Amino acid sequence: MQTAQNLTQYRDELKGALSNEFLRKAMDNFAVAYRGSRVRAFTGIDVETLVSQIATAKDASISRLDQLFAEFKEKAEKAGVHVHLARTAQEANEIIGRIAENADCKKIVKSKSMTAEETLLNHHLEAKGMEVTETDLGEWIIQLRHEGPTHMVMPAIHLSRFQVADLFTGVTGHEQDAEIERLVKVARRELRQKYVDADMGISGANFCVAETGSLGIITNEGNARLVTTLPRVHVAIAGLDKLTPTLEDALRVIKVLPRNATGQAITSYVTWITGPSECQASPDGKKEMHVVFLDNGRSALAKDPIFSQVLRCVRCGACANVCPVYRLVGGHQMGHIYIGAIGLILTYFFHGREAAKNLVQNCINCGACKHVCAAGIDLPRLIKDVHARILDEDGHPTQSTLLGKVLKNRTLFHTLLRTARLAQRPFKTQGGFLRHLPLIFDKSQNFRALPAIASKAFRDRWPEIRPRVDKPTMKIALFSGCVQDFVYPEQLEAAVRVIAGQNVQVEFPMGQTCCGLPAQMMGETEASREVARLNMTAIDAADYDYIVTSCASCASHLKHAYPRLAGEEGQVKAQQFADKVIDFSSFVHDVLGVGEEAFTGTGKKTAYHSPCHLCRGLGVIDQPRELLRDAGVEYVPTEEEDVCCGFGGTFSMKFPELSAETLERKLKIVEESGAQELVTDCPGCVMQLRGGAERRGMRLNVRHIAESLAERLK
Amino acid sequence: MTATATLADTFAEKAKLVSAVVSTVKSLEEAFDYTVDLCAKKEACKLLISGCGEPLSPPAEGLCETKQEKVVAAPALPAAQFKAFKKRCDESGFKLLQKGMRDNLGGIDIGFTVADWGIADTGTLVIDSSSEELRLATMISEIHVAVLPISKIVADTAAQMKQQVALMRKTPNYTAFVTGASRTADIERVLALGVHGPLELHILLLED
Repeated sequence: MQTAQNLTQYRDELKGALSNEFLRKAMDNFAVAYRGSRVRAFTGIDVETLVSQIATAKDASISRLDQLFAEFKEKAEKAGVHVHLARTAQEANEIIGRIAENADCKKIVKSKSMTAEETLLNHHLEAKGMEVTETDLGEWIIQLRHEGPTHMVMPAIHLSRFQVADLFTGVTGHEQDAEIERLVKVARRELRQKYVDADMGISGANFCVAETGSLGIITNEGNARLVTTLPRVHVAIAGLDKLTPTLEDALRVIKVLPRNATGQAITSYVTWITGPSECQASPDGKKEMHVVFLDNGRSALAKDPIFSQVLRCVRCGACANVCPVYRLVGGHQMGHIYIGAIGLILTYFFHGREAAKNLVQNCINCGACKHVCAAGIDLPRLIKDVHARILDEDGHPTQSTLLGKVLKNRTLFHTLLRTARLAQRPFKTQGGFLRHLPLIFDKSQNFRALPAIASKAFRDRWPEIRPRVDKPTMKIALFSGCVQDFVYPEQLEAAVRVIAGQNVQVEFPMGQTCCGLPAQMMGETEASREVARLNMTAIDAADYDYIVTSCASCASHLKHAYPRLAGEEGQVKAQQFADKVIDFSSFVHDVLGVGEEAFTGTGKKTAYHSPCHLCRGLGVIDQPRELLRDAGVEYVPTEEEDVCCGFGGTFSMKFPELSAETLERKLKIVEESGAQELVTDCPGCVMQLRGGAERRGMRLNVRHIAESLAERLK
Repeated sequence: MTATATLADTFAEKAKLVSAVVSTVKSLEEAFDYTVDLCAKKEACKLLISGCGEPLSPPAEGLCETKQEKVVAAPALPAAQFKAFKKRCDESGFKLLQKGMRDNLGGIDIGFTVADWGIADTGTLVIDSSSEELRLATMISEIHVAVLPISKIVADTAAQMKQQVALMRKTPNYTAFVTGASRTADIERVLALGVHGPLELHILLLED
């Protein structure tokens, strides 16, 4: 559970997690193994279609939770189930406490329920003098340690066999060997006795099927079966979002959930319980069965046009599995109770601003979570939106307000950049890096060399380099983004050389400014909206065939965020603008059809880094790789090409330690590949990777793909 | 190859992927023989594999001691079949139970069931477990032996959905989808079988 009071304290806790060697290794092994097993599990399955069907079906249920609740209640009550609705977490705990008291239950066994974690149910029941035992192995382990889960599916993933052996030694009063197979058996025997003694079983539910009033519960261990069978009372606790109209909807989710969670085609057990079955432990031979639905803000969420989609979540935990930040620090630092990307969002709604305010900043915005989400939730965007809301409620820090103010005023922004160039002049090295970090940077930023601002910005070079094309076949507007305009103008020049040779009239509208993504990342929605407006005015989409940018982050932001930021009034224009936005590689490969014939010579052994905002943000995978091959470059595929480089714009400023670790891994992989050159499609990634390579003293030439292509043009 | 045979092959292939032991039998009698053989071959110190040999706390230890002989349970078998099975068990000196699972929560050696459906694409058994005795037999046994008539194998859950909904409408109902043995990877993500339920699942495809 993440409980830091402020960002500094949070950063300290993150550093603590980074120095936990076991955790690091466990998380790393998991991240690598998960990727492979997920791919294998989905072989031959059209995941995209399935996910979009789940999203559609979930949205439809979310819009009529009241009806589904009524239908479930009617069916379940007819079958003899007591159905309760708790408005708050406290109310749910009280209802369950009362059920236990009324039925004279003292000993309770529980199978896994994130909803019960959400309400801190165990604390409530224990305070009433009841004995509560978690029976899911991982949950039992963390219960014995008095801590919360670090993963929604594998709650004890942060612990070693030695730690578990120590715990079990305490439980049994006998010394235990740290042998996993034996520890599992010890748990089997110890917990079996708990089932025998228990008079009440508490389970969660993955589905509450309205058409039949049934519960659907997914487990691997089979503990939920014993929990719902042996004790004479069964209470299921479920969020209202678990209401599912039909079995068909539930079965569809089951096709994805286990595959996404652990790479299994299906879990060992899927249990469907409709009504209280016979129970020989009850005096009347029939089980007493209750279903407690928890609202805790869900009804309100369901009505929100932006955030209702978080209720689609099926709790597979995949968003944590692929998160580069989770991989570094684990679940205790990456969630309050709910873990991973979804946890960052849910924390705000279920546990409040204080619990969420630090956590929500710890997103690198790489989009890996969105890409694997079983229900197609736009997690990175919602995380940013939560951050922005918290700032609006809590007040914006000076730094971020200032950034917003500067970005909104292009002239001021560009003047500041030019002034900075003059100020840094004495500190510039030959390689284009800054010799010393400017004073505004903390020394924790020193993990990568920072580039100097170019002596002449792209916009100032433009009048000289602007290509003249006699009879152009099309007209495009270049969107530079700040980094290529002011730091790496040579990248954009190279891009212009590749494009102009294809009979394209290239324009560079001078009124353009920063795309606004940094403002968005800082939670400055207003500034981000204003900047979008400035750019859409500077570049009249109707005037061009395409708006081309060689910055993947800008491209993705222009394309996806602008229509959203524009609001209803500007919607059409913004969509037209977005529709014309295209990244450099796709433009050159798909639109211009540039192939082998355009290039000459052979190239060096080259690795490719796939920017998050290109491969996931825009779904561009093959184009840059094919261009490299066509250009005669010796492209060597490497592991984890599509894993974030650790830049994440302002993220690397806020969490330099996390950024540095992610970068380190990336560079290590490239080093092992023996590549002499590393190319990518985003100047932000170039900045991070080149700066890191410099600090590591690597002889690796990091550059933009446009430069690599331009060099080989015939 | 007929469609049913293909489904049976897919089923067997998928079930094996999750560590189920799959064999084919021609009759229920053959399934009884298989079970008796399996029970005979099973370790003498019956509950060792399920943890009774480990250093346990006194209450857990006490539960282990409740089981002194080899026990098989087949709660849902019709009387005539149960009788035939009992004869086979008696000959081998095993106890065959039809009920009383709650008196055997320390564990039984084998739970014997006949599955209602098989789902080929995941190797899943569908077992209507509304009977408490049947349900417990599939939970507290160390080995679960399930007979699956080949004619009851369908391609995927969609193909069985109508029947499943019908089952769920007849309340009360408790249906289990069982795929492989009980498993966990909660300690260091190392797979271990038999954490709460059966340590082994044997599926006998019945040619019918």
